[in-house]
Amino acid sequence: MEGILFQAAIYLAAAVLAVPLANRFGFGSVLGYLVAGVVIGPFLGIVGAETQDLQHYAEFGVVMMLFLIGLELEPKTLWAMRVRLVGLGGLQIALTALAVMAVGLVLGLEWSVALAVGLVLSLSSTAIVMQTLSEKGWTGTEGGRSAFSVLLSQDIAVIPMLALIPLLALPEFAPYAGVELVDGAMTRVEAHTDEHHGMSLVEGLPGWAVTLVVLSSVVVIVLGGHYLTRPVFRYIAYAKLQEIFTAAALLLIVGIALLMSLVGLSPALGTFLAGVVLANSEYRHELEANLEPFKGLLLGLFFITVGAGIDFELLANEAGMILGLALGLMLLKFLLLYGLAIAFRITGEARWLFTLSLSQAGEFGFVLLSFSTQSNVIPDTLAAPLNLIIALSMLGTPALFIFFEWLCRRIEAPEAHEPDDIDDTGTVIIAGLGRFGQIVNRMLLSQGHKTVVLDYHHELISDLRKLGIEGYFGDPSRPELLLAAGIRDAKVLVVALDDREKAVQMVRYVMREFPDVKIVARAYDRLHTYQLYAAGARDIVRETFDSSVRAGRYALMALGHHPLDAERAARVYTRQDRTRLKDLAQLWDPAISPSENEAYMQRTREINAELNASMKGMRTAFHDQTERGWTPPPKGGKAKPEPPTSEAAE
Amino acid sequence: MLEPRRRILVLFAHPAQSRSEVNRPLARATRRLEAVTFVDLYAEYPTLDIDIDVEQERLLRHDVLVFMCPLYWYSTPAILKEWQDLVLEYGFAYGPGGTALAGKLFFLALTTGGPERAYGPEGYNTWPLRDLLRPFEQTANLCRMTYLAPFVLHGARHAAEEGRVGTHIAEWRRLIAALEEGRLDIDAARTADRLNADLDLLLAEEG
Repeated sequence: MEGILFQAAIYLAAAVLAVPLANRFGFGSVLGYLVAGVVIGPFLGIVGAETQDLQHYAEFGVVMMLFLIGLELEPKTLWAMRVRLVGLGGLQIALTALAVMAVGLVLGLEWSVALAVGLVLSLSSTAIVMQTLSEKGWTGTEGGRSAFSVLLSQDIAVIPMLALIPLLALPEFAPYAGVELVDGAMTRVEAHTDEHHGMSLVEGLPGWAVTLVVLSSVVVIVLGGHYLTRPVFRYIAYAKLQEIFTAAALLLIVGIALLMSLVGLSPALGTFLAGVVLANSEYRHELEANLEPFKGLLLGLFFITVGAGIDFELLANEAGMILGLALGLMLLKFLLLYGLAIAFRITGEARWLFTLSLSQAGEFGFVLLSFSTQSNVIPDTLAAPLNLIIALSMLGTPALFIFFEWLCRRIEAPEAHEPDDIDDTGTVIIAGLGRFGQIVNRMLLSQGHKTVVLDYHHELISDLRKLGIEGYFGDPSRPELLLAAGIRDAKVLVVALDDREKAVQMVRYVMREFPDVKIVARAYDRLHTYQLYAAGARDIVRETFDSSVRAGRYALMALGHHPLDAERAARVYTRQDRTRLKDLAQLWDPAISPSENEAYMQRTREINAELNASMKGMRTAFHDQTERGWTPPPKGGKAKPEPPTSEAAE
Repeated sequence: MLEPRRRILVLFAHPAQSRSEVNRPLARATRRLEAVTFVDLYAEYPTLDIDIDVEQERLLRHDVLVFMCPLYWYSTPAILKEWQDLVLEYGFAYGPGGTALAGKLFFLALTTGGPERAYGPEGYNTWPLRDLLRPFEQTANLCRMTYLAPFVLHGARHAAEEGRVGTHIAEWRRLIAALEEGRLDIDAARTADRLNADLDLLLAEEG
């Protein structure tokens, strides 16, 4: 027990110390984790061999990340990416594999070994790249999207690669190739022997049956994701227990990963598929909010293990060769990507982001590598330096991102801002979709704005979905849900929550963390208005004020006032009332009760005096304001030319 | 042969009717005339949010268009400008196919604060009223309407005390009746200074 706690304390402490430091210097969290790993592993030697095992668990973070990426991608978006996926991604994999293979042949490797090494090194690091892209807010840019499509094709390509590599097996490396089509990421079934079978649904089945099982499990994910998740999540939502929802989200991921492993598909691909299926679901943002911390921690752990796993002894012995090969690999990948970027007309900043971000080898490389050694395709003596090369290239990637940022600053000055692709995250978040939020939402939609609507009444959300209104289930006052809904990129937040206290908290949180987001807040009454004002909101709308003013206007008209006079009375009343309310809101102090707040009481007395005077029929500022306008010049003859205003007369 | 009776549309614009001494009784009298469709624009559109379809529909159903209002700054109150800007659409009132108003009669029924002598080279308004109203005349031309001289009550600020309102309203009734029955000498009405300068001259014998 103490052992586990000690390990956990070490890893967590390393992350807690290193990551904020790296962030402070603008290097991004990935470099922080990697450095933390280097420090606790080879440098201080606190952690040792268990990092390899830990890495396998941590790879589950990649699986989660692909699920979350899938959630962001609706099927039609995916379909729109098909040219890039096949063309850009496919070419990148094929060209890099062949180029690396050529280098391998020159260095005197067997052709089959060279090809396997080429495949292993053709992959880039989805974990590092996507983490950094989203951290820096580059996911929606041209370069970010291109990089993502290549990463996605690589993740898909892992599956045929797993099928291909055993065919390259060299009989001289081992007497028997105990090969199993299982992605090492999840169920790295240890050392297969004849009598030991890993858990698998497809082992021993004929080829056609394997295909059938694999296809039907994909169908299960798609149909299950489409039809089953909704009632299940609704059932859970009834319980109103946050942790059970989290448990369900985790169960979903683990279950899919398990199913995929059993049938010999990549768990990452399976969860990605499930993510895409759920991208239209009203529970999407709630799922994101729940899984995000797990994904972040697991990925962080993964990066730490990469750092910790660097074999400095080997590196010291062969420093020149290994560093040279790592740099050579990155240069080679860089050149090929640059060529592809030109061929696919990726220009400007986007080209640099695309080429620099993908120039490393990736975590799936580790997986393929260990699979290759198990399959006796790559000898162990070669695997160790290759592992090191992959790790070093990943370690070098944050430096490339820093270089890219530096480059951007250089480019930006002479080149005017490119007619950039508009980021596709919603620009307006509406929290609370009661009657109030619905009207706001419809008005925004009518003007072509994209809205993200959040509410914790799942019945309401599913009813609205039937009407074609896109809403998401979740408690909007939770910061994680707001983050998942894209508060970072939002321009406007409409706070229309029923819960008064939550509305105030939300305003306070967003004002503090995202001061650039403009807030429109719905207030319940005067006191709530003061609270929202104190929290920082300025566009505050009292929910019954405008309708009451309209009712007053109709009443005036019913009494025979001309509609224009009634309208003017309403306008003046609104203006005066809002000025008074603002005065009072500024004087109101949450710390002291209004009756002890002398300034507040003073202004209240003034306002009451004015209102009393008005009720007694005395002339007040109200009358002066409603009656002013279109005033004819005074009567009383005078022959001399009147000022031009005299035309306004009769 | 019996000519079909002209249908008359009066668009009335007065933002401060509680202070009106001429326009309000004039409007009340007009409202009672059967030949006239009377529209209080400020009552229908207190927020100036004019319904273009409704207004165009109305125009199609009438043969005579009248703006009834006090003269504000040598023009109409704001809502009548808004009305022109919105309702007289390209393709409806002017431009290719914009013939909806072709052949209709158009004039203004105005009250002015200043006396008649103020409108001329000697007066403080420098120009004759018809010159000041040229934008309306040209608007009518572009819309292929026939523009008539305005129907004007000058010195409206003192008309009530001087007992001129009753006469003015009576003349207005005669003019509307003549318009409806086709007894107005259109050619003479186009060139006059104002329609009520000498109404007898413009009207054929009354039936």
